[in-house]
Amino acid sequence: MTAAARKTTKPARRPAARKPALNAPRTIREFMTLALVMETEASQRYAEFADAMEVCNNLEVAALFRKMADIEGRHATQIMTEMGWSEVPPLPPGRATWEGFEAPETAPGDEVHYLMQPWHALQLALASEQRAEAFFGRLARVATVATVRRAALELEAEEREHVELVKAWLAKVPKPDSDWAVDPDPPSYTD
Amino acid sequence: MNAPTLPAPLTFSAYKSAYKPIWCPGCGDYSVLSSVTKALAKVQVPPHEVVVVSGIGCSSRIPAYTTCYGFHGVHGRALAAGTGLKVARPDLTVVVAGGDGDGYSIGGNHFLHACRRNVDLTYLVMDNHVYGMTKGQASPTTEPDWDNKLSPGGTGVRSFHPLVIALASGANFVARAFAGDPNGTADIIAQAIRHPGFSFVEILSPCVTFRPEQKEWKKLAHPSPVAPTDDAARAARRIMTDDGFNIGVLYAGDRPVYRSSTGKAKLTPADLEAEFLL
Amino acid sequence: MVQASVQQAGQVKARDAAIGISIALAGSGGSGVMTAGTLLLDAAAKAGLYGLMVRTSGPQIRGGEAAALVRLARVPIDSLDDGFDLLLAIDWQNVNRFADEIPLTAASLMIGDPDEGEPPEVFKASGARYVALPFKKTAKAIAGSWTNMVALGVAGSLAGIPAAALEAALSDSWKRGDEALQANLAALRAGIESAAGIDGMPKLAAGAAAAAKRWQISGNEAAGYGAIRGGIRFVAAYPITPATELLEWMAPALVKVGGTLLQAEDELASVNMAIGASYGGVPSLTATAGPGLALMAEGIGLAVTAEVPIVVVDVMRGGPSTGIPAKSEQSDLSFAVSGLHGDAPRLVVAPTSIADCIAATQWAVHLAEALQSPVIVLSDQFMGQSRAIIDRPDDAGYVAARLTAAADTPDYKRYRNTGSGVSPMAIPGTKGVVYTADGLEHTEAGIPSSQSRDHATQLDKRERKLAQHDYGRYWADIEGEGDAAVITFGSTTAAVREAVARARALGVDVRLIALRLLAPAQPAALAAALEAVARVLVVEQNHGGQLYRYLRSMYDLPGKPASFHRPGPLPLRPGELTTAIVEWAGTGPLGGISV
Repeated sequence: MTAAARKTTKPARRPAARKPALNAPRTIREFMTLALVMETEASQRYAEFADAMEVCNNLEVAALFRKMADIEGRHATQIMTEMGWSEVPPLPPGRATWEGFEAPETAPGDEVHYLMQPWHALQLALASEQRAEAFFGRLARVATVATVRRAALELEAEEREHVELVKAWLAKVPKPDSDWAVDPDPPSYTD
Repeated sequence: MNAPTLPAPLTFSAYKSAYKPIWCPGCGDYSVLSSVTKALAKVQVPPHEVVVVSGIGCSSRIPAYTTCYGFHGVHGRALAAGTGLKVARPDLTVVVAGGDGDGYSIGGNHFLHACRRNVDLTYLVMDNHVYGMTKGQASPTTEPDWDNKLSPGGTGVRSFHPLVIALASGANFVARAFAGDPNGTADIIAQAIRHPGFSFVEILSPCVTFRPEQKEWKKLAHPSPVAPTDDAARAARRIMTDDGFNIGVLYAGDRPVYRSSTGKAKLTPADLEAEFLL
Repeated sequence: MVQASVQQAGQVKARDAAIGISIALAGSGGSGVMTAGTLLLDAAAKAGLYGLMVRTSGPQIRGGEAAALVRLARVPIDSLDDGFDLLLAIDWQNVNRFADEIPLTAASLMIGDPDEGEPPEVFKASGARYVALPFKKTAKAIAGSWTNMVALGVAGSLAGIPAAALEAALSDSWKRGDEALQANLAALRAGIESAAGIDGMPKLAAGAAAAAKRWQISGNEAAGYGAIRGGIRFVAAYPITPATELLEWMAPALVKVGGTLLQAEDELASVNMAIGASYGGVPSLTATAGPGLALMAEGIGLAVTAEVPIVVVDVMRGGPSTGIPAKSEQSDLSFAVSGLHGDAPRLVVAPTSIADCIAATQWAVHLAEALQSPVIVLSDQFMGQSRAIIDRPDDAGYVAARLTAAADTPDYKRYRNTGSGVSPMAIPGTKGVVYTADGLEHTEAGIPSSQSRDHATQLDKRERKLAQHDYGRYWADIEGEGDAAVITFGSTTAAVREAVARARALGVDVRLIALRLLAPAQPAALAAALEAVARVLVVEQNHGGQLYRYLRSMYDLPGKPASFHRPGPLPLRPGELTTAIVEWAGTGPLGGISV
């Protein structure tokens, strides 16, 4: 076999999947369900990160993620209380909600590193809050029901506040050196 | 008359144990774990009636991270253990999980025959195209030109196509999922558990430590544009011609499921004496 | 049961009840010698006798030379004698290859069909008397009959089996039409008639009418039956000679008792399937031979570490590698007792006879379940593929009884370091006690751990549970008196027992110790069995003296232990063992045979 034949063809970058049209929720209940799922999943992801960082002995960042998980969790609880829900209602079936696989406020699962520093964690949080802000802004623009539009605008404003809070927090933590990810030792053998 | 009190539905957190995974931060397996717990919550089977069976490798650590019964056996033999368990205890829900090295290399023979046998269990492979626990060697799904210490310059060996092999070998449900799509993955796993027979879910689960370039997968993965088929030939053609990042149920068939004779005693052991009697 | 009639012939040499008579029926594929041998055994049983039939054959799948080696006696019999009284060959094609397996003497009789040529030189050289009988022509004269039925009539009649017993054996086993049965009964009678003029064969006096019903069973069937009696309800199977019949017998039997046999893709799968099923709470077994056992080693180690009970029956054959698949050898002993990586305490049990395959396997199931440990049962081809007439055995009463965890046990820990070392096992489906079974070293809770204290705790626990168990008197067969003892195991026990009896008749008293529990070693029990014994001779069928070496490594044996070992496939014969025992007992260390 020739070297050329052996070479794998990298899968061609697929033309980006057609963006699902953003269907505005038709009721407050539907809207608040979306908001609740966003907060819940964001909280779960931060908790997952916190666990991972604890296992890697990166306790400072673990604590930070734990705090973020708590904050998002509180937001979720708040929605549950306001709506008088005892469990998370299912998302309306068959309706496109957000583009991409995950809710806009959820930090991407692969954007963490065992040597990451608070600055990195806050960058992740900032991006998440910004995505949430943008999402509610878009919802407000496409909403056809007045109550839903008002609620979207309210949450957009709330997320904007969060963005500002995270920015203020970021200003207080040192920026990492360029070699922050350098580990002189190789990974460990396990099983 | 009082209506029967229904137990509160189980949420995904009821399936997640207190043990924290030893995986690298950023590993796709975290999402898969979350998807498994969400899928079990969808199916609403109590954790103590589920057994998660695995072999050896990063992803094979998953059983203890759930509140289900777990069996963490030896390298490559998870499907064998899971098959024995399900045949002996058809009442249990059996989910076998592992990685590409465990399932397709050392366990390759069991994979073929588990597909053929079509015992009603679910097999999840967290495929990252690499051996992680031994620090980065090529697995059967690794690209032939991927350079690594054990095979400098790459193995030069074609990579394995688990989905089409599963289909050709007789699996009754074949799906591809992506760790970066935890809710979609949860949905596929729930369908796999509910589907009778051997359900195989290949989950693209990036390795941030040895295959950092797999971060690109989230840009490539996309939902399958077509509905699942029960036509194996059509499914095979699709699987062989897609771009490898087509996410969804690719085949949901109606192949005969293995039937266990367990539990229907017609005779006592003493009755068997008759055949030795002169 | 047909009542045996008193022998009619006048000049019959009565044969010692215990020695019995030995008959080899030989011929090529198609000659039906195995069927004839089985019927001879059945007929003997109907005449109140006991018997053993050992099979031997060439490597061909069909058409190869084969011989049924039958020994009949008035007492239960589990070994072949030193030689054969009668070699009856339907034809002589390659039968010379069995010369070592069918030793003849000048007192032996050879009967062959003159149309098939002369007996091979190697048999003639023994000085055995040759009688020609035209089996094929006789059968041909009776339309629809088979040659082997003529042969059965000749052999049965010469052995002293009443015609009625032979006829009953044939009729009872007949599965075809009546017309063919009548033809074959006629052939049988023709055989009986043609034997009338042949003298010089020792005859067996008819046996006492059996008080209870007797069984005809092979060691493989016996092991399978014992397994089911013990509680086995799941079997994973990969075919391998000479264990296949055990698995084939179990396949339908398990279905009848509500269990399942699953055919695996290989032995790696079968052992792990058994472990998976047993983890689910169902007593499980797999059976194999040496090559399969080697493949299963990793899985057996998993069963040790994860504390999952399983029974692995190893029907030993000639090794190493593919070795001699259809012939017997006791050469997997070393592997069974020590062939796992890591410090892996396991149980090894060896039945001492075909009948004992039932109780020993049943005991193995009981031990596996009680001690949550793998048990290797060392049977062998000689026992496994031979058929014997045995007294109906009482149920040994060993049953599977696993210590399980109750639902919602507070602070449940699967691998809790209990005093006995046995810790309650949660069975999937039980609420509130979930755990993950692990082949990785673990904490008491079952969480992987590489810490020295966890490793030490669990190693001690796993060793202690086997060491502390009270195995009772069944751990070994201990017979006789004397200040010298012969130690053996497995299928050679019968030959050794016979040799010890012959030695006693010669005035040499020797104790027999047949070890049933080979691992873990039982130093206190063996010391008690060896009380007042000054020295021991270890007898086994392998090239390396594996039992001898094992005993010397695990026990303090008195005096200078001696070894008598020879590889398969030839069985150890009572005569050679008698000589060895008498020489050894009389003159001290066995000259020339020590390792």
